[in-house]
Amino acid sequence: MKNLVILGAGTAGTMMLNKLHKALNPAEWKLTIVDNEKEHYYQPGFLFIPFGIYSREDVIKPKKEFFPSNTNLIESEIWKVLPEFSKVHLSDGKIIDYDILIIATGSRTAPEETEGLTGGLWRNDIFDFYTLEGALALAEKFKTWQGGRLVINITEMPIKCPVAPLEFAFLADAFFEDKGIRDKVKITYVTPLAEAFTKHKCAEVLGHFLDDKGIELEAEFNTGRIDNENKKIVSWDEREIDFDLLVTVPTNKGADYIETSGLGDELNFVPVDKHTLQSSANKNIFAIGDASNIPASKAGSVAHFASEILTENILNYISNRPLSARFDGHANCFIESGHGKAFLIDFNYDVEPMPGKFPLAFIGPFSLLKESRTNHLGKLAFRWIYWNILLKGRELPMGPDMSLNGKVLDNFINNNIL
Amino acid sequence: MSSRKQSSQEDNIMSTAVAEKILLGKTLAIDADGNLVNISDWNEEIAAELAKEEGIEILTEKHWQVINYMRKVYSETGDSPSIRKLTKESGVDTKELYALFPKGPAKKAARIAGLPKPKGCI
Repeated sequence: MKNLVILGAGTAGTMMLNKLHKALNPAEWKLTIVDNEKEHYYQPGFLFIPFGIYSREDVIKPKKEFFPSNTNLIESEIWKVLPEFSKVHLSDGKIIDYDILIIATGSRTAPEETEGLTGGLWRNDIFDFYTLEGALALAEKFKTWQGGRLVINITEMPIKCPVAPLEFAFLADAFFEDKGIRDKVKITYVTPLAEAFTKHKCAEVLGHFLDDKGIELEAEFNTGRIDNENKKIVSWDEREIDFDLLVTVPTNKGADYIETSGLGDELNFVPVDKHTLQSSANKNIFAIGDASNIPASKAGSVAHFASEILTENILNYISNRPLSARFDGHANCFIESGHGKAFLIDFNYDVEPMPGKFPLAFIGPFSLLKESRTNHLGKLAFRWIYWNILLKGRELPMGPDMSLNGKVLDNFINNNIL
Repeated sequence: MSSRKQSSQEDNIMSTAVAEKILLGKTLAIDADGNLVNISDWNEEIAAELAKEEGIEILTEKHWQVINYMRKVYSETGDSPSIRKLTKESGVDTKELYALFPKGPAKKAARIAGLPKPKGCI
């Protein structure tokens, strides 16, 4: 009997568990998953909590609901992986052996990385919305906040879901408008990027949106420290931005055991081949989702598309075949733009977001790189799809590779369709 | 084709020429980020010209410490180091890196070093 061990039962780990449960022969392979948390969070829903659109109950379900019956679950923290011996040491003292290891422990926010961020103002005038506690605390704050300088700050890249802070800015604009105090709120969007988003085509469109909504953009701002006393964020090159209320996206890092095990880069993300998802250092280790260092968005859609590729490559690896399935970096993101509308973007390692229809060429129903009500409904419907289809490893009516069908190609864009 | 593909360990870097520019009488292929495509096009004089484009008039010994470190990491790993890696390993602290290469040390130093943009910004 051989052992395949998955570390982490979040979005990517749970999808891999379900796919491999079906794909592997149970007489030959024992499948084990390790995770110490009992609850699965629908993380895309955190964005809606500060604005009272979703509550705690909307984003939590027990992890076990998404596991196949008779899953070997080990509920423990991970202390260390010993790749040279193919063993995982757990914090409770147990040691498990693996023939194949899949690292899917994601990324977490690390506010402690920035001087002053967790100082006296933390969760009083400084909030994050990438954790459930942070999103809930901010919802409370917004109930009574009377306005002032609202600063939305990305500390450093890469971060989970790079569109979420922009969506937060758009939703905040609509929220305060509906409350009738938009004129009392100055919104500033502060990013280390040179423009509003990582992908230039998309940044052009979204940058206009920031302008239209009266949201100031402060680009190339690399946050060095937070001055709690004077309520300022200060960049490494000594630029300063005053705030009354700071909504921060702290530094994102991979799990601590990855550092202890010497498996990660400087932010504890696991270096892998970006096409096969195999670890660069260890042939029997693979990483998927936010835990890996692939140059794609850290997002559930990427993990979903990658899970199909990784399942194929695990089967290839088991049969001593070349790892022929190649991930193209496909990402697909709804972007809330406020007032019941949203964008949808679809891109990969090589092709930037472009306008068109999705998922069916020319028909849609979703419009790419364009604001629409249908896209917003798609975003809300996605929660159901996430819980009922994606996590359980079921197929969506589209393959993992990005399609160019129905998209308006670049030369059209240059002819001012946008 | 680009010599970069050969130096990249796992084909993890893909940079394609989208334009050309002339520096010191040499025609150089440039990628979408404005960085050199061919690592062999680079030399210290070209670096000085690229630095001027970034608003850095004179490359000091400290600048060279960072540039040489970046080129060393790139030749070993096929990737340009991120700002965090620079801070940890280049021997120059974050504050000073920003003083040397204002606004975006990793991005600017990579460009001056003739390397592709670090891939942290996705």
